[in-house]
Amino acid sequence: MSPDLLKLIFGRLGFESLPLHEPIVVGTFVVVALGGAALLGGLTYFRLWGYLWREWFTTVDHKRIGIMYMILGIVMLLRGFADALMMRGQQMLAFGGSEGYLNAHHYDQVFTAHGVIMIFFVAMPLVTGLMNYVVPLQIGARDVSFPFLNNFSFWMTVGGAVLVMASLFIGEFARTGWLAYPPLSNIGYSPDVGVDYYIWALQVAGVGTTLSGINLICTIVKLRCPGMTMMKMPVFTWTSLCTNVLIVASFPVLTVVLALLSLDRYVGTNFFTNDFGGSPMMYVNLIWIWGHPEVYILVLPAFGIFSEVTSTFSGKRLFGYTSMVYATVVITILSYLVWLHHFFTMGSGASVNSFFGITTMIISIPTGAKMFNWLFTMYRGRIRYELPMMWTIAFMLTFVIGGMTGVLLAVPPADFVLHNSLFLIAHFHNVIIGGVVFGAFAGISYWFPKAFGFRLDPFWGKLSFWFWVTGFYLAFMPLYVLGLMGVTRRLRVFDDPSLQIWFVIAAIGAGLVLLGIMCMLMQFAVSFLRREQLKDVTGDPWDARTLEWATSSPPPDYNFAFTPVVHDNDAWWDMKRRGYQRPLTGFKPIHMPSSTGTGIILAGLATAMGFGLIWYMWWLAALSFIAMLAVGIGHTFNYHRDFDIPAEDVIRTEDARTKLLAGAK
Amino acid sequence: MTVAVNPSQTGEPVFYLADEHPHPEGWSTSLGFWIYLMSDCLIFAILFATFGVLGGNYAAGPAPKDLFDLDLVAVNTSMLLLSSITYGFAMLTMQQNKVAQTQVWLAITGLFGLAFIGIELTEFAHMIHEGATPQRSAFLSAFFTLVGTHGLHVSCGLIWLVTLMVQVGKFGLIEANRRRLMCLSMFWHFLDVVWIGVFTFVYLLGVLR
Repeated sequence: MSPDLLKLIFGRLGFESLPLHEPIVVGTFVVVALGGAALLGGLTYFRLWGYLWREWFTTVDHKRIGIMYMILGIVMLLRGFADALMMRGQQMLAFGGSEGYLNAHHYDQVFTAHGVIMIFFVAMPLVTGLMNYVVPLQIGARDVSFPFLNNFSFWMTVGGAVLVMASLFIGEFARTGWLAYPPLSNIGYSPDVGVDYYIWALQVAGVGTTLSGINLICTIVKLRCPGMTMMKMPVFTWTSLCTNVLIVASFPVLTVVLALLSLDRYVGTNFFTNDFGGSPMMYVNLIWIWGHPEVYILVLPAFGIFSEVTSTFSGKRLFGYTSMVYATVVITILSYLVWLHHFFTMGSGASVNSFFGITTMIISIPTGAKMFNWLFTMYRGRIRYELPMMWTIAFMLTFVIGGMTGVLLAVPPADFVLHNSLFLIAHFHNVIIGGVVFGAFAGISYWFPKAFGFRLDPFWGKLSFWFWVTGFYLAFMPLYVLGLMGVTRRLRVFDDPSLQIWFVIAAIGAGLVLLGIMCMLMQFAVSFLRREQLKDVTGDPWDARTLEWATSSPPPDYNFAFTPVVHDNDAWWDMKRRGYQRPLTGFKPIHMPSSTGTGIILAGLATAMGFGLIWYMWWLAALSFIAMLAVGIGHTFNYHRDFDIPAEDVIRTEDARTKLLAGAK
Repeated sequence: MTVAVNPSQTGEPVFYLADEHPHPEGWSTSLGFWIYLMSDCLIFAILFATFGVLGGNYAAGPAPKDLFDLDLVAVNTSMLLLSSITYGFAMLTMQQNKVAQTQVWLAITGLFGLAFIGIELTEFAHMIHEGATPQRSAFLSAFFTLVGTHGLHVSCGLIWLVTLMVQVGKFGLIEANRRRLMCLSMFWHFLDVVWIGVFTFVYLLGVLR
């Protein structure tokens, strides 16, 4: 074939795009390919494809979508953590003339991919998954406001993750750092596909995130059960509401700034260039106007989880519910007024820097209020040190340290010394791991019995907990020290041999975290094998307080046979206390949304379009775009999107539960 | 700890609805669409901000004074404003359940929208022909992106309008279609409001400075 034709069909893609010269990547590919083949073969052998397609891929049930989000987050955690281990290994070795084992081209991709994956494809899916699963149950609803959109949002997130993973084996990922600042990310300095992978992965996933934000806001505003006024909502629902408001109010900014960057790269406009009037600092401002609220998008739901867990395992009503709600709202608002603290060194002058330094420090006030509320909830409580509570206490200790180093960084003169140093790296890992990751783990161990009907094995869970917590401290406290000594981030080799010991300690810490992750996987496996012993028949294994525990574990498709009526903040606690009797008769058909394959098809086409744009395969991009339009419009011609679960099915499900409950007594 | 309780007839607290009715179809749609519009509004806000920051960076190239033909823009603006009025008429006839008249007003709205897009593309072609391309300066990059994004929205609105006309023709003014027409109505008027901003801040102020 002529080179012109090849170029028309494959764009920039050729055999030389495959990283065959990188033994590490080739090795990874072999392992992934073998594992993938085994998985696909297994699914085919056990004839599971039809089941997966009908019951999971096309489902609009918020519970299943929530579980799929969690699986995505945990799978991507393994990838993101592999990147972390590689960095720790490289920095531990590259002393005394050694170049380490990663070349610069590879190392730069590793640190970029680590950041992008951990934020967008680990933390976001974990948080979104928990909100998706829990919020409708907590407010006594049957599903979210727009169930089809929910399925579509999930698959768009998967599409973004697929593009990031594809970059590992087809071409390369960005070498720019996780926010891809221009002019480095512009076409002149990054002519390869890496930044394009970055852009389209985030654009595809970003559409999903924005839509799921709109969806959950509507769900919380419109679908609360009777009696649940705003100030009777569980705190997790409140923090979810604020988080989704933040999503809707900040992700469009990311969409625009990435669109402008792609215009610069594809069309040759001059938004962020150094000449023709462009301004790279414009990009840095815009991306942090999204980026700072993003931090709170992640941590607010974690605060909600800790509130639920603290109150449940202390056996007490949450201390200071109203102040907790107001603190959440204040953090939501303030999170928009601090973005400039990410670049005090830009040179905006003392007044601007002072303003943003002060707003940043003010955020520690509502956060501190929350911390005291949790402490006062525990005070004189009958505390049960189950796994979720252990994660919560680890959070309270760890997050306070991270918060204090954050306030140090908020002081502009101090920031001039610490900017882009390992001190900063230590700080944000301190708050993201200590806050978001511990929060997600607390949430997983807390709601797992609800989702699957059996508890997680406590032994492996506790082992994982101690490896994670000690590993975290060992991995990141040395980075504070190194940062104070002036070591900057993203370095690949070092001259000063006296620094090596700190990197060795940090690498040992990362090794402990690896053990923690392996114990966690082991915990899932062991719990599945021991599911009969760990079974939860009551639907309320923790003697908890909010509505999700009023239904069975796992809940039926329709969540509640009858819509609950709420009289108190701790609705389920109130029901238990006042002798609520579960209804046994009078069941009626229940109206539910039907499954649809449109979401996964649309997201697949969007991913194909992204791939086409990345590799300049214009035909593929155009074709997928037109197909998306056709499928999307075609979907709107389907006016029958729901069905009734017949009363007999409801009766059968509820009778089964009645028997289970009788057996439990 | 005293809590207000809704007693049933027997005085016992009620913990569930024995007789419930599902939320009507489209219960959350207007709120959801409104929130979507606000997120879209934010997209325009950022593009306006970008234009505000970069709009004066001509890079020794053409400035608004050299490029903008206010008469043409005035005609174009009137096209969009008229299309909003005719969409309003479509909604009025929709409420009176007159299918044919609704369709006619929708068609007129579409033609005005098409005229708007046509004039905008002519303006763009003219500017590019004169060498005022999006690549020429940051001002022009910001100009083409802001105005072009608005034009892209109007084009999407046109595709949507045609789709809805087909659906109204096929299924009549059923509840679902009324809801969809209502959403498009909000979208269409929203684009009008954004255009007022474009007209004022980009064209009028551009020629003044």
